[in-house]
Amino acid sequence: MIRNALLRMVVARLALGLLSLLLVSLAVFAITSLLPGDTAQEQLGQAATPEAVAALRLQLGLDQPGWLRYLHWLGGLVSGDAGRSLVNGQPVAALIGARLPNSLLLAAATAVVSVPLALAIGISAAMWRGTAYDRGVSMLTLSIVSVPEFLVATAAVLVFAVHLRWLSALSYVSSIDSIGQFIRVFAMPVLSLCCVIVAQMVRMTRAALIDQLRAPYVEMAVLKGAGPIRVVWSHALPNAVGPIANAVALSLSYLLGGVIIVETIFNYPGIAKLMVDGVSTRDMPLVQACAMIFCAAYLFLVLAADLCAILSNPRLRHR
Amino acid sequence: MSGEALSDVPPPRRRRRWPLLGLLGGAIVVFWLAMAFLGGLVAPHDAGRIVDMDVFTPMTAAFPLGTDYLGRDMLSRILHGTRYTVGVALAATLLASGSGLVLGMAAATRGGWTDLVLSRCLDTLSAMPSKMFALVVVAAFGSSVPVLVLAAGIIYTPGAYRIARSLAVGIAAMDYVRVARARGEGTAYILREEILPNMTGPVLADFGLRFVFIVLLLSGLSFLGLGVQPPNADWGSLVRENIGGLAEGAPAVLMPALAIASLTIGVNLLIDNLGGFRRRGGEGA
Repeated sequence: MIRNALLRMVVARLALGLLSLLLVSLAVFAITSLLPGDTAQEQLGQAATPEAVAALRLQLGLDQPGWLRYLHWLGGLVSGDAGRSLVNGQPVAALIGARLPNSLLLAAATAVVSVPLALAIGISAAMWRGTAYDRGVSMLTLSIVSVPEFLVATAAVLVFAVHLRWLSALSYVSSIDSIGQFIRVFAMPVLSLCCVIVAQMVRMTRAALIDQLRAPYVEMAVLKGAGPIRVVWSHALPNAVGPIANAVALSLSYLLGGVIIVETIFNYPGIAKLMVDGVSTRDMPLVQACAMIFCAAYLFLVLAADLCAILSNPRLRHR
Repeated sequence: MSGEALSDVPPPRRRRRWPLLGLLGGAIVVFWLAMAFLGGLVAPHDAGRIVDMDVFTPMTAAFPLGTDYLGRDMLSRILHGTRYTVGVALAATLLASGSGLVLGMAAATRGGWTDLVLSRCLDTLSAMPSKMFALVVVAAFGSSVPVLVLAAGIIYTPGAYRIARSLAVGIAAMDYVRVARARGEGTAYILREEILPNMTGPVLADFGLRFVFIVLLLSGLSFLGLGVQPPNADWGSLVRENIGGLAEGAPAVLMPALAIASLTIGVNLLIDNLGGFRRRGGEGA
């Protein structure tokens, strides 16, 4: 009975996530291929003969109605065939396949560094809330959150690569032979991304824990004589795990915005750089596929955040 | 003497209502707003003219913010760029908050199908990360000021809608709205005279926050070379075109980035203190 109710909520949330992804794919396809003029005309330029344009239209399947092209495109995506790049004619799947591991590596390295760091800062700020330490952390994280990512990244380059000369400002993933090299190549991009993510995560973690510390049961524990560390570790924190996991997943979704800027600044051969290049050359199949990957990752993180909230809510678990 | 002492009393109280940080934020915002209109007139040099033989010069008396990668005066370029950064973002914010407010109030008062359809559609829109939406739109339509305003305006409408809708739903359940309805007032009157005036504070704060998001989004796009196109330049493009000076720590890279930071932090400070002021006023009334 209880497990059924929980299971139904989880399944409903998963179904909603899939539906969102489907609607997003519809939106991406509609924006990129239905509204603008004519891809064939655009590709061949103004000087093209009408016959050439017509031939290319036929070749690209542009003579078919929009909904048919959408289904064709969606079917291709699901089966791993995202079409061919308009710029160099290579399969989009191969282009993405070559870059995706680099981006995932960057994201994973960032998550490994930023999650423990953010949790430590966020929890300690909540424990000592109202102190100078807490106010300092709040000021700093608020300033980082409200400035553009490229300012954080350029400031990091200026401090660590230009002034201190600890790290190199550019990434070349191909030249990794040792752990030392790995660290030197990844340090700058990971550091810049971490600044953005950690600031978000600290703010949300702190808010989630403070929310718990204001609850009556914490006051009860304090009145019973529990010390501040005991109150936080064995009373508030177990109850805040859900909200904090939720906050972590949501903050990680800021990775997606940050990674676009960071990969461009450091010339990192990842999928975000690939997409930005695709946008500037207006390579539609490539842009569509990259956009779907990013949107799917975003929806996945939001979904994970929601599931954490559902699964950790004791009122839902023990109903 | 006693008269003087009495007249001395009010200022401290007023200072507590308008804290120093709020005033600072307000001053920064007013300054940049003024520069958006007057920047071209105040600038010491023409934004496109090469005035220095040297490139990436540090701050000097002649060029207070140094020169850029071609030897153009950085102060003038930033002042000219204000129009694009502040102006485009302001237009997009007006679009986002305006349509969010109208749709939100429509959904709250009509309810039923209108509410359901609007909420679902806007939820779908917010299922895309904002940068992704902007990139897809720019890929499809190319980058121009109207496209940027529309893209940023559309992507930030769902957030404004959600705030406006929840506020309006809450207020529509208040007794005084029920009284107005019982009095026989029409929907338009209730929206204009009863609901809207009671949600101005939070809606204005949301407007400021949305402005910050849009400034960050548009600067990010320009930084990627996909926002405002040359020969025009907003602050994001200025950082991009001078990124070569980063290794020398040239002010040409840092100053436009700091200009963005000052604007967004200024708005944040203003909202925080404005919000407190309004909330306290609301509670007292």
